[in-house]
Amino acid sequence: MPRGATVLAIVGGLLALTVASALSLSVGARSVAPSVVWDSLVAYDGSLTDHVVVHSRLQRTAAGIAVGAALAVAGAAMQGMTRNPLADPGILGLNAGASAAVVLGVYFLSISQVTQFMVFAFLGAGVGTVLVYAIASMGRDGATPVKLALAGAAITAGLGSLVNALVLLDQASLDRMRFWQVGTLGARDLGDVATVGVFMLVGLVITVIATPTLNALALGDDAAVGLGVPVRRARVGLGLATVLLCGAAVALAGPIGFLGLVVPHAARLIVGGDYRRIVPVCLLAGPSLVLAADVIGRVIAPPAEVQVGVMTALVGVPVFIVLIRTRKQVGL
Amino acid sequence: MSAAVAPAADVAAPGTPRRHAARARAVLLILAVVVIGLTVVRVLVGSPMVYADLAVRAILGEQIPGISFIVVQNRLPTAVVAILAGVAFGLSGTVFQTMLRNPLASPDVIGVTVGASAGAVIAMAFFQASGTTLFWFALLGGMGTAVLILLVAGAQRSGSGGAVDNRFVLVGIGVGAGLSALISYVMTRIDTRTASDVMHWMVGSLSTSTWDRVLVLTLSLLVLIPLLAVLVTRLRILQLGDEAATSLGLRVPATRTGLILVAVALSALTVAVTGPLSFVAFLSGPLARMAVGRPSFPVAALMGATIVLAADFIGQNAFGSVELPAGVITGALGAPFLLWLLTRSSTSGS
Repeated sequence: MPRGATVLAIVGGLLALTVASALSLSVGARSVAPSVVWDSLVAYDGSLTDHVVVHSRLQRTAAGIAVGAALAVAGAAMQGMTRNPLADPGILGLNAGASAAVVLGVYFLSISQVTQFMVFAFLGAGVGTVLVYAIASMGRDGATPVKLALAGAAITAGLGSLVNALVLLDQASLDRMRFWQVGTLGARDLGDVATVGVFMLVGLVITVIATPTLNALALGDDAAVGLGVPVRRARVGLGLATVLLCGAAVALAGPIGFLGLVVPHAARLIVGGDYRRIVPVCLLAGPSLVLAADVIGRVIAPPAEVQVGVMTALVGVPVFIVLIRTRKQVGL
Repeated sequence: MSAAVAPAADVAAPGTPRRHAARARAVLLILAVVVIGLTVVRVLVGSPMVYADLAVRAILGEQIPGISFIVVQNRLPTAVVAILAGVAFGLSGTVFQTMLRNPLASPDVIGVTVGASAGAVIAMAFFQASGTTLFWFALLGGMGTAVLILLVAGAQRSGSGGAVDNRFVLVGIGVGAGLSALISYVMTRIDTRTASDVMHWMVGSLSTSTWDRVLVLTLSLLVLIPLLAVLVTRLRILQLGDEAATSLGLRVPATRTGLILVAVALSALTVAVTGPLSFVAFLSGPLARMAVGRPSFPVAALMGATIVLAADFIGQNAFGSVELPAGVITGALGAPFLLWLLTRSSTSGS
């Protein structure tokens, strides 16, 4: 049954990703027929407006695929290695760390290149991760889901007030920050996506290779040790992978929450608890969801555009609440 | 290590409550003096400096050109709002932290303050609201969010072993994150000037303090603090755990809901007047606990007042001609201080 479900999920995921990509290229302020989209891809003609429009949407679609894959897989890795059903780059403070570092960079060093954003985002996400785990592990019961979530929220609140204080002093930073902070796909070109994509790929490869380790960690530290998994080293490696994935995603699109929470749970519902199946499904479902959210955001309130970060929150909050309510003892 | 410490603690135990009470009284006295001192300093120091005798005469009703307005209409109400806001935040934070058994569980972390902010931001962005309208939107946002969290978390039903508390915290964090996304969205839909105003509000400041606002806060505290005083004795019983409290005849869900609503009202009302002033609710309780050796509501209240007064004074006077809102100071100093506090409380083994 799980094997059949997995095949079905993979095929369905591929199909969803294809449809979402096609919609992402054709839908918007100026809609383009699917056949013209196809023409523009195989036989580009710069004199046709429709072709130019489609190509301008290519970077957005590419960014959506990259960000969706990175955040969904990062979420799965975090949930597995912390045995925490509520783990998500947004909830656990990685996004806040990365985005605060980027805003600091914008404010003090006027950074604007995606590579600069990335360096700051990596640093910020790394510091955020270490802080949240350090804070949550204090006390007797170690890092329970509630303590992790609280530590993440506290770090998010703290960094948020720091960022607010900074941009208050500088109108230009405020203007740049408020359009980036919301989480949007439209701000970068294809070269940027490729640059960031390299780092995401490293993070993705590490996580995919480590899926058997994730399965072992999910059984508990003692069981994992019994299975011959070097627990500490595995956590550090997976932690680095999530920092790479989240930092790169934040550098590309700003902080996007709830995606890393929702997608792995949806995958788990379909293919069961084996991370060797969950991660590939996330790899397809994450980008599909981001692109779908982005397309809906483009058409839901014309002429304005609802950014993808807002759309994922709209889907994510109810899922988060259902997860909390259906688990009798989230405290573990 | 704990084996060596435990017998000593047992021996000291009989005298401990009395010693704590004495220490609490001493800390309370010191903080009261500090609050009064800071108030005096806040009224006299600044640009322009005001002589004490002139300030007293102005407060007693004499019209002194250039002095009366600054002292009576600006600095004095600011100081009073600072004290009231600090007291409210300190009490509200301590209720949440004590009830939810976690120093991180303050209203600014679990979504309540974000709700008030979302209300205010929507009012400013789409209704050009200010003053009283803004106040009502913020209050409604804060209370509405809290009620929503309570209902979704199922706090009105009874649960066991802290499950309800955990659910409340987690639902609050989720709702808070969603509301943050909403605020971010609204921030992209407005012009630069409004965005700047909204940002100012979201940082929190005392610069718009007037006697009207003093009146609002005073009346609210006069209602809410007695309510809280009644509920706090029940909070102590609730601390024993839901089962034990129920067997002692406590109506656990009602008590919990009442405590949350009073604590939320305290912080939502204050946020509506001053803006969020981050970390005040967060820091007051743990600082009071460090000073006294056990949680103390009166000490936390005065600790909050001290923090807000000090932050406002620093923002007004420490940066030359630039005046920074109090929320910038509490935010900038609060974040590192929080980390220090956390490492400290972990090494002392709490």
